[in-house]
Amino acid sequence: MYAIETKELTKKFGSLTAVDNISFQVKHGSIFAFLGPNGAGKSTTIKMLTTLLSPTSGMVTLNGFDVSKDSNEVRRNFGIVFQDPSLDDDLTAYENMELHAVLYKVPQNEIKERIEQLLNFVELWDRRDNLVKTFSGGMKRRLEIARGLLHHPKILFLDEPTIGLDPQTRNHIWSYLIKMNKEEGTTIFVTTHYMEEADKVADQIAIIDHGKIVAQGTSAELKEKTKTQSLEEAFIALTGHEIRHEEAAKGLHMRHWRSAARRGS
Amino acid sequence: MNTITILWLRQLKKYFRSKSRIIGSMGQPLLFLIALGFGFGPIYQKAGGGNYIDFLAPGIIAMSILFTAIFSGIEVIWDKQFGFLKETLVAPVSRYEIVLGRTLGGATVALFQGAIVFLISMLIGFSPNLVLLPFAIVFALLISLFFTALGTAIASMLDDMQGFQLIMNFLVMPVFFLSGALFPLTGLPSAIYSITLFDPLSYGVDGLRGTLGAVTQFGLLTDFTILGVMTVIALGIGSYLFSKIQV
Repeated sequence: MYAIETKELTKKFGSLTAVDNISFQVKHGSIFAFLGPNGAGKSTTIKMLTTLLSPTSGMVTLNGFDVSKDSNEVRRNFGIVFQDPSLDDDLTAYENMELHAVLYKVPQNEIKERIEQLLNFVELWDRRDNLVKTFSGGMKRRLEIARGLLHHPKILFLDEPTIGLDPQTRNHIWSYLIKMNKEEGTTIFVTTHYMEEADKVADQIAIIDHGKIVAQGTSAELKEKTKTQSLEEAFIALTGHEIRHEEAAKGLHMRHWRSAARRGS
Repeated sequence: MNTITILWLRQLKKYFRSKSRIIGSMGQPLLFLIALGFGFGPIYQKAGGGNYIDFLAPGIIAMSILFTAIFSGIEVIWDKQFGFLKETLVAPVSRYEIVLGRTLGGATVALFQGAIVFLISMLIGFSPNLVLLPFAIVFALLISLFFTALGTAIASMLDDMQGFQLIMNFLVMPVFFLSGALFPLTGLPSAIYSITLFDPLSYGVDGLRGTLGAVTQFGLLTDFTILGVMTVIALGIGSYLFSKIQV
């Protein structure tokens, strides 16, 4: 059994196919990097993996539980740090943490201690009683990550977790995540635009573009396949401009054809 | 603490932290009480209706509950837009617990708002009979729950605030004006009267009026039964639609 498994997963919004027939497996205890240019379908995929969006077709299981059928059971198995903000601005940092702890059923006697530990970790303990709306972008991001780490899930989704953070904070957070991965066997599914980050931490990498997985493997395998020196070069070789233009033109062509067909009928 | 309690508490905290919302939502009832109360008072008296403020105040209390409750429900849209809703939707708790906590919180806030307007109206000259006050609170609670659930149901289906004006003009305002909050339902043209019978707030206003000392139109037991059943249905529909939200 895999921690995460998808089979022919597809999501369509009207005539737009955001995620197109993708299949992959993520092993227990691994760090899986899911890379792709903006608009490739990363966030849509994560939403389907985390029960927020139901697939048009195909199958997803988390720890063996089907996302569409056992969504409550699935939710007990993962935690997530979203790409876009999901804090309540009218509550304080502490209250946001506390709410999360209660929703995720962190034992009552551990709540205070864990919140203090994690707020200290992201250096927000001094600001715990301030409303989140007074926070800067970076502080909100740090709070969001601290909140995601509050309960210790079996699978942790991180959608561009370190975006907008300085290198110090990024390193700090990654060393915590790697420790969690090693010590507790937490499976980590991460999307990022920082290729060196993915290169450093990921056991497995999948690259998605235009809703399709264009390559899968370890960083070394991807470099070998594309005959490049770095993951960044491999990424550009796989998703670069030439390919994109061709694909976009094809998409445009398809759209013309569809509207012509609609007019005809 | 459990899921329902903490989400209930969240609604209360947000409400009490927003001073402008509390003060702002007192303005309209105050204006209605003063302008309509003193404006129509003499005519109402001349027509043999008695003290208009005593008649009007329960209607205005119901109005303030209606508006606050609908807004509390509609807040789901804000949470959708600002992302907080996702945080609750991926949590390992039943979505019914989430929606119940939110709805109870919204209803508590609306009830509180109703209590404020009740006190204001007493300052202006409303002299209720307080013997049946506990029953009046039951009616106020039912109105709060019904309209919070209705707001939640509507907000679950919308993605942004674009449709808000539509809801105000084609739902909330008609519900208010056709409920008998401002005028007696007796002697209305039969077409209009039939419409008022389909308005849940009619029974809420009538129930409040009856328990606070004035004459009821339908009888307290009818008011309670119809409003109670409608509230249960609204809670069911609101919870169901909320549980189906995709973001």
